[in-house]
Amino acid sequence: MDHGPAVQLGKDNAADKKAKLGVWMFILYSAFYVVFVGIAVGSDTMMSEIVFAGQNLAVVYGFSLIVFAIILGIIYNAICTGYENKMNKEEEL
Amino acid sequence: MIYEASPFAVVLFVFFVMFVLGLSFYFARKTKSAQNYFAAGGAIHWGVNGIAFAGDYLSAASFLGICGMIAVAGYDGFLYSIGYLAGWIVALFLVAEPMKRLGKFTFTDALDSKFNSKAIQLTAAISTLIVSIFYLIPQMVGAGALVTPLLGLPHWVGVVIVGAIVIFIVATAGMTSTTYVQFIKGGLLLIFSVILSIYIFNNGLSLTPDNETGKYHEFINLTPVIENDLITVEGYNVVGIRDVKGHKFVKLEKDGINRWFNLVEIDDVAQLKEMLSISVLPDGMKLYNGEDKENRKFFQVGHMSKIIVDGKEVTETGPLGPFEFLETIANSEIIRFAKVQFEDAGNEVTLWYQKPTEGSAMMSPGLKFHIGEDATPWSKWNFISLMLALFLGTASLPHILIRYYTVPSAKDARKSTIIAIAAIGGFYILTMFMGLGAAVNGVLDVESSNMAGPLLAKAFGVGLFSIISAIAFATILGTVSGLIVASSGAIAHDLIDNYMGKNLIDEKKVKAGKLAAVAVGIVAIGLGISFKGMNVSFLVGWAFAVVASANLPAILMLLFWKKTTAKGIAWSIVSGIVSSLSIILTSPTMWERYGLDGADAPHMLDNPAIISFTLALIVLVVVSLATQKDNEKLEAAKA
Repeated sequence: MDHGPAVQLGKDNAADKKAKLGVWMFILYSAFYVVFVGIAVGSDTMMSEIVFAGQNLAVVYGFSLIVFAIILGIIYNAICTGYENKMNKEEEL
Repeated sequence: MIYEASPFAVVLFVFFVMFVLGLSFYFARKTKSAQNYFAAGGAIHWGVNGIAFAGDYLSAASFLGICGMIAVAGYDGFLYSIGYLAGWIVALFLVAEPMKRLGKFTFTDALDSKFNSKAIQLTAAISTLIVSIFYLIPQMVGAGALVTPLLGLPHWVGVVIVGAIVIFIVATAGMTSTTYVQFIKGGLLLIFSVILSIYIFNNGLSLTPDNETGKYHEFINLTPVIENDLITVEGYNVVGIRDVKGHKFVKLEKDGINRWFNLVEIDDVAQLKEMLSISVLPDGMKLYNGEDKENRKFFQVGHMSKIIVDGKEVTETGPLGPFEFLETIANSEIIRFAKVQFEDAGNEVTLWYQKPTEGSAMMSPGLKFHIGEDATPWSKWNFISLMLALFLGTASLPHILIRYYTVPSAKDARKSTIIAIAAIGGFYILTMFMGLGAAVNGVLDVESSNMAGPLLAKAFGVGLFSIISAIAFATILGTVSGLIVASSGAIAHDLIDNYMGKNLIDEKKVKAGKLAAVAVGIVAIGLGISFKGMNVSFLVGWAFAVVASANLPAILMLLFWKKTTAKGIAWSIVSGIVSSLSIILTSPTMWERYGLDGADAPHMLDNPAIISFTLALIVLVVVSLATQKDNEKLEAAKA
């Protein structure tokens, strides 16, 4: 069998914690996305309401979904890096 | 449309192609092992990989397709941007690091890492090939569409040029050269999209969007006299009247030239509004607005009919900030162009009539997807299904997943995904401004919305147009290269080496990969020529549905459900492919492509993911539960 990583990877003691965090963040973003699709399908008039700086809900929510993804990504990376620094360093000691 | 080649565009294009070929030639000398060829040696820096992700992902469908769709359907086009970007969340939180840890060269490696199953190797490789081909067709069609305005060459020449360059890039240095082509293209696309947006804001909005390419065509308004249903127009002969889909179209003759007008009533006064028309005569000759193509009477369109600022009507705004730009459009009125086709005295006639659209409608969902007052249960399910496919598709695209094997560690895989999300997210926000900019600056080609972005650049100068077009061309090169590397890996590594058990030595595996790349490249050229005229974003949306159904249930359950078995994965992939393709091939859209009435299709679902993804997931669970003994045997063998 010719599988396995293309490069040699060390053991990652933080893998389980990162996976759990990933699942929770995925659920959080998915909920935000589902609500957006729900509003679009259920109430198009709500999407046309002006909500911020002269922009309607569709524009504000749409841009927020993109910006929120970037912010969540940065937070996720910071927490994961913290886990890695702590748990993989403990192993080395 | 009638396009002319620009010498600057030609020089820039040739320079870019030479640079890319030189880069590939340089890296070719370093590409000797399979690890180098398929995974760039696993040594790419996460920052470079992140931008290369953007270069790989922002395909013709994103730059050409989404901008064009926003230009003609407003916010509904932007929904694609939202869905495509949201898909990266699945990639980051659930898939990135585990895929890096489990796989070697292809996503099949990751799926098969626990099992060494021939069924997984075969089905996953076939899935990779099907999805890659679905994705390749629109890219190649887009290449042909771009070369026409850029170099003044026929469509097929564009397809052959892209095919030949990509075959060279992939067959020489594989993933290494592909990565750097994608990195350069991704970076350039981001920088020049920002520049194009700044031009749009500085330009502001105007009722007469004259630009660098010339004066905007002022559409003629005539006042007819109607007595006892008899229409007369001063200075014109009325030579035909047609009622089509509730609209009345009048053919007028003047100086031996026939032109079509739309009869409308504004404030109880009848008016004839000029239309765009293409008439195909029985001998095949085409008349554009009643004249030969060379007479250049077929105009670019898209303008505002009312601009409201602070409650007052104005003729132009001057420079605007990004939010002011969106707010002003939402408060104003835009003229879009709707298409109708019919036969008239043996001629095939296509007309585009002016359709005043409130800016608020342009800035809300509903112009393309029928989810508002005109919604039906089917149209709502279609929309939900599309948004589901976009959300779930990204994280299982084979040409995206293989990029995880090019970085040194799982941490780098994660970081490069975040760079990708930031770069791609930034670009998708700009699509809103570029698309709307194209809608109101008189640059739209009614025959093909795909050229909205590049033609908008042309409005601000031939130099910018040439650069944007060269980048759009690079966009296609980058994505096609990634797809061909993925296909090449599926053939050489998954099928020949693993499934057929050839156990090739490194050198032979690279050779097989290169030959596979050439073969897939030739197939892509053939498909690109055959599918000329197809909407660029058409197949990509379906590719997302197929890939979300075929691959994602398998990936997610392998990672998060310990009872998943090899047979469960293989059957899930098969059921995902078969169900999604079956729904697509019997959809109303395909029914119309077969020349039948879409309303007679067996079902009304155009986007299959909601059914096919769910089905693939259920099949995986049921088959896995029924084949638990396989996993017990596997555990026993390991022990």
